[in-house]
Amino acid sequence: MTTIGYYPGCSLHGTGRELDMSIKALAEVAGVELKEIEDWNCCGASAAHNLNHDLAVALPYRNLALAEEQGLSEILAPCAACFSRMKGTTVRLARSAELVEKMRGITEREFKGTVRILSIIEFAGRLLDEGLAEKLTSPLDGLKVAPYYGCLLARGEEIVEGYDAEQPNGMDAALRAAGCEIVPWNFAVECCGGGFSMSMTDAVVDLSNAILTDAEQAGAEAIVTGCPMCHSNLDMRQRTINEAGLGPHDLPIVYLSEILGLAAGIEPERLGLDRHFVDAMRVVERSA
Amino acid sequence: MTKTAKPTLADEVREATGVDVAECYQCGKCTAGCPMARYMDITPSQIMRLVQIGGEEARRRLLASTAIWSCVGCLTCTQRCPKDLDPAAAIDALREMAHREGTVPHEQKRVLAFHKAFLKIVQHTGRMSEVPLTGLYKMTSGDLFSDVLLAPVMLAKGKLPLVPRVIHGRKEIRRIFKACLRKEDER
Repeated sequence: MTTIGYYPGCSLHGTGRELDMSIKALAEVAGVELKEIEDWNCCGASAAHNLNHDLAVALPYRNLALAEEQGLSEILAPCAACFSRMKGTTVRLARSAELVEKMRGITEREFKGTVRILSIIEFAGRLLDEGLAEKLTSPLDGLKVAPYYGCLLARGEEIVEGYDAEQPNGMDAALRAAGCEIVPWNFAVECCGGGFSMSMTDAVVDLSNAILTDAEQAGAEAIVTGCPMCHSNLDMRQRTINEAGLGPHDLPIVYLSEILGLAAGIEPERLGLDRHFVDAMRVVERSA
Repeated sequence: MTKTAKPTLADEVREATGVDVAECYQCGKCTAGCPMARYMDITPSQIMRLVQIGGEEARRRLLASTAIWSCVGCLTCTQRCPKDLDPAAAIDALREMAHREGTVPHEQKRVLAFHKAFLKIVQHTGRMSEVPLTGLYKMTSGDLFSDVLLAPVMLAKGKLPLVPRVIHGRKEIRRIFKACLRKEDER
């Protein structure tokens, strides 16, 4: 049995709960064991690099050191922000022995650099290779989807691997395997306003409205994401956007793992599809 | 005896981030792609230019700008810079300086309050939890009433755990914070 380390990150136990549920259900069906890093801490998200550049590296460093100590060589970080912070830290450490030394001093922990961080997109590809492809027995009946990478699944030469950062196609194979039709659209790598959900809500409303509008104009029946921040801005805030006189929108926002889970015949409730703000259960009807 | 020259603003940014702003030839691609540029008082390429110019006046304008706090960290500028510079990291460095020197403009106090509340929760528990984060943010920002109607729906959907997440190694986390933060950061 393949074992992959797991770094859920804070959001996946709260606002991004469906992402955690669907990742775990999917791994189980694919016969992959997820081993959570014991006693992991927050990666610092956007707050740490906004105020303190040492902290922004030290927090992910402790997680990497713990993972290495616990014998985990690959870590799935499904949240796009955690992925970017954790993988970005491995890239920075690999570039600078001086930084490694500094972090060793700050955290009093050793990290030799043997841990590789996987995004939700790489994870989906791995599961398909590990036999999930043959288990997608309930494919979606040509559901038209707009694959949305946002910022943190599409930025950084050495962070994002395997697809182009400006014209990404990393989700395409998994979505097609799940029976989806991919619509060409313009906002795949545009920002939703990210962590400004509470502190600059007006900007989030504008930016997310533009993303929803473009997806609708492209004929999408759903937006597919891998980021809990994007998800909450596009899903939870969709009503706020409508109340601001924009839209009106009524577009389900689903995680890549939920789509694959549905195609694998997993009950929608186990994937958390009933926990969305904008009704996502309508996509369930499209699965065979 | 030679007197050591005071580091320029460009030196400070290079020291913190490795970004050499002298390389910037002002093509404006960072500003063109920036989703937040329309909310900024000066644009990302103007920020780079002001760091190049340096001196007291440029420094004062930069560290009191609302723009550095409107950066959402999407990294579009860094992704697209034809000179492989990292404007997002340069802006991170400027924000850190502004925070340390106490020059954050009043209009951006909510953004700063959010980042600080976030870090405070992580410092004490090791993880972020929505309820204490929102509570602390609202207390410190004065933004009391926004989104109160979302909470009951989030609760019903099981997305607002009431018990904060706490790790065993929180003592270690506090020690890491102590090693990273300076006195001025604790304000």
